[in-house]
Amino acid sequence: MSINRREFLKMAGITTILGIGGVSAVQGVRNRVEASQASRAPEALTAKRWAMVVDMSKFKSEEDYQKCINACHLSHNVPHITDNPKHEIKWLWTETYEHAFPGNEDKYRAERFQHMPFLMLCNHCENPPCVRVCPTQATFKRKSDGIVMMDMHRCIGCRFCMAGCPYGARSFNYKDPRPYIDGSKENLEFPTRMKGVVEKCTLCYERLAKGLQPACVEVSNGALIFGDLEDPNSAVRKVLSERFTIRRKPELGTGTSVYYII
Amino acid sequence: MYNAGKIIIGIIIFVGLVTFPFIFAGGKATAKPDPKIDTPEILKMPENERKCVESKSFMKKEHMQLLNDWRDWVVRDGNTIYTNAEGKTFNMSLQNTCMKCHSNKKKFCDECHNYTAVKPYCWDCHIAPKEKES
Ligand code: SF4
Repeated sequence: MSINRREFLKMAGITTILGIGGVSAVQGVRNRVEASQASRAPEALTAKRWAMVVDMSKFKSEEDYQKCINACHLSHNVPHITDNPKHEIKWLWTETYEHAFPGNEDKYRAERFQHMPFLMLCNHCENPPCVRVCPTQATFKRKSDGIVMMDMHRCIGCRFCMAGCPYGARSFNYKDPRPYIDGSKENLEFPTRMKGVVEKCTLCYERLAKGLQPACVEVSNGALIFGDLEDPNSAVRKVLSERFTIRRKPELGTGTSVYYII
Repeated sequence: MYNAGKIIIGIIIFVGLVTFPFIFAGGKATAKPDPKIDTPEILKMPENERKCVESKSFMKKEHMQLLNDWRDWVVRDGNTIYTNAEGKTFNMSLQNTCMKCHSNKKKFCDECHNYTAVKPYCWDCHIAPKEKES
């Protein structure tokens, strides 16, 4: 059988139409769910930009720090790895003054400040360098509340974010973290991580969604103050307007959201 | 026929190799998966409320897509509540919603996933319900 050009074009046209119709029929069968079906929990705490103030004057003993660190690490199944300091995973940890605020050392500064441990966490920066370097957008700044989030499903473990973060806020899982989580204290409502992903503080996004303050803030007895930086009436803004506070490495222009009262 | 002996032995070895997987599996591999939904949590619900977040046929076909969407909405958008076709609301969470009812991961998830040889990486991070070894 031989067909001329005209017949060929006719046939091609008809098959194209049938093809398009066919595709939409298939899609019609797949009753997909819509983003409009998802909504925020009514009890969720919301803010334009979450921030925290660490009132160092309220941290008096080793136990005051440990209380906050434990609350955080237990509620997020953070493994306790001690055999190699490089493999350590920390969401909330302590650092000396010279490491926390480098370039600001003074050998005549009162002894107690030189040795005082400062509570550290991810600063949830306004311009987070970690987010700029992430090739998969596994770490991203949440538009709704400024939390620098981690999508563990997307992390490919390249560790660019760790190199990018000037505050050492990120830890890499060099090995399977599960054996290092105490099974009896495991939080069954929160996932663990797996080998090969980077993790850090997520400002308790899962607790905020339930209307709860971050775990560390809750147990801190007022030493950690949490609130919306863009709301002039928030707890954080009240403290900031009354007390002298400093931030870590402000000269970098990252716009950190964690403030310290010394 | 030239080399009849060698050829026949060859054929026998060939047939043996080809059928080995079937004989070895003893027909077990072809047993149809039979996921169970008889967990105490589900049985506790009154009969007329025993429904998943969406219809059974939808869940069978699209649960992976639904979970993907749930993940993005929760992690990326901070939305945690899902409203289904009937207007009922659910907390979007694999670990805290799905697995609270389907507390039998081995007989529910693994049953079909093993059959179809798919290995979802959910449980590398999400904590599977604690099941008694059976
Ligand atoms: S402190 Fe580090 S990890 Fe946290 S947002 Fe800033 S750059 Fe990223």
